[in-house]
Amino acid sequence: MRVGVLALQGAFREHILMLEAAGATAHAVRLPEQLDGVAGLVIPGGESTAIAKLMRTYGFYEAIRECHGSGMAVWGTCAGAILSAQTIADALPDQEPLGLMATTVRRNAYGRQVDSFEADLAIGQLDLPFRGVFIRAPLIEAVGEGVKVLARHRGDIVAAQECDMLATTFHPELTGDLRVHRYFLEHVIGAG
Amino acid sequence: MNETSTTGTLRVKTGLAEMLKGGVIMDVVTAEQAKIAEDAGAVAVMALERVPADIRAAGGVARMADPTIVEQIVGAVSIPVMAKCRIGHFVEAQVLQSLGVDYIDESEVLTPADEEHHVNKWDFTVPFVCGARNLGEALRRIGEGAAMIRTKGEPGTGNVVEAVRHMRTMLEEVAWVAGVREEQLFTVAKDLQAPYDLVKWVHDNGTLPVVNFSAGGIATPADAALMMQLGCDGVFVGSGIFKSGDPAKRAKAIVEATTHFEDADIIARVSRDLGEPMVGINISDIPDAERMQERGW
Repeated sequence: MRVGVLALQGAFREHILMLEAAGATAHAVRLPEQLDGVAGLVIPGGESTAIAKLMRTYGFYEAIRECHGSGMAVWGTCAGAILSAQTIADALPDQEPLGLMATTVRRNAYGRQVDSFEADLAIGQLDLPFRGVFIRAPLIEAVGEGVKVLARHRGDIVAAQECDMLATTFHPELTGDLRVHRYFLEHVIGAG
Repeated sequence: MNETSTTGTLRVKTGLAEMLKGGVIMDVVTAEQAKIAEDAGAVAVMALERVPADIRAAGGVARMADPTIVEQIVGAVSIPVMAKCRIGHFVEAQVLQSLGVDYIDESEVLTPADEEHHVNKWDFTVPFVCGARNLGEALRRIGEGAAMIRTKGEPGTGNVVEAVRHMRTMLEEVAWVAGVREEQLFTVAKDLQAPYDLVKWVHDNGTLPVVNFSAGGIATPADAALMMQLGCDGVFVGSGIFKSGDPAKRAKAIVEATTHFEDADIIARVSRDLGEPMVGINISDIPDAERMQERGW
């Protein structure tokens, strides 16, 4: 199975390594034509403002929406969860989300870097707790109909799925634990 | 299951550096410059009182920026804000942590406050980035708790030659350590004056244990792409942007060249009509005592 990882900026290399370890063929996507033939796209963590500007300059808004419309699954981690949302609660004036998933997301919801944290998460689809690494993390404030909440931390939504869309506000790619990557390959790709 | 949140872990500290990879961190001295940097696509800004070129010109003792400047910059942008403290000046570091900066750069650009000891960075919740010219220096800083490394280059020169020298040295030494036999590692650690456990980690993994950016002399999109092709994880641009003729345009061009560092067509396109670059300085024209890279040990 071929999976692309948006490689404009951020932790894309870790996602590629984790997807390969989970059995997929993964490659870096820096230009829209590199989306051809991928079954799924990961939008990694990074700085959402920087990634959004590069996405606009290189025509990724149209390309990702079009590919998603014809069956490409998308998983956004952290900045990726912000960009794939329907609404960014505290968006900068020119910061447009892709609107792929019925979520409302707030950026830097926990404060500054000194407030970044780790915590165990109960994810219903996994047998054992998953170590969540939250770095200047956003929060999924609200979800629309059809969005399934997969995990909460102290009541706040930190993972959600809507058909072939997955969003996590934490970073499975930094843990070495392949379970969320496997879940994306097995239960999100093809779920549209 | 433990729902308790733990802050300040090594993974959380190194994790922010992971998120900055492939990006450009820009020196800024005002909130207005910080906005220009953010609008151009910077992944973080470095809050300073003066950029290195002006520190070099002004001479005297260079210190942490005024907290008012740092706070104004923190308030102006939503991307992470870094700020510099003097080498060994742990109280400047405490102040910067209390101001809410996201990363502290214990930096040779400022005048060192301690000529023997660096800050014990394990004492802090906020992560640190430190400069290094070679693997031994990098591993000593990581041993002290640094969560990110940047090769030093020679700040404030607009001359990329030292940045290239330090990045090549670092990567050649990493490859050498990865290739030696295991029983040699004790002597390697002694020779590098670096903690054995970290030398062993480099040997086993064939890479530095933390993210490594390039800094010190990057002034053009091609400079940034050069450092990326040599193998760094991202770039710091200090004086190169706001000492040039058209900072906003140059900043955006350097961002694009850093992302598309292997695509010469894109680098050519973004390099056009950027206006005057900063004036460069030849390293041989700088007296030894004024070379910032020699600071730190």
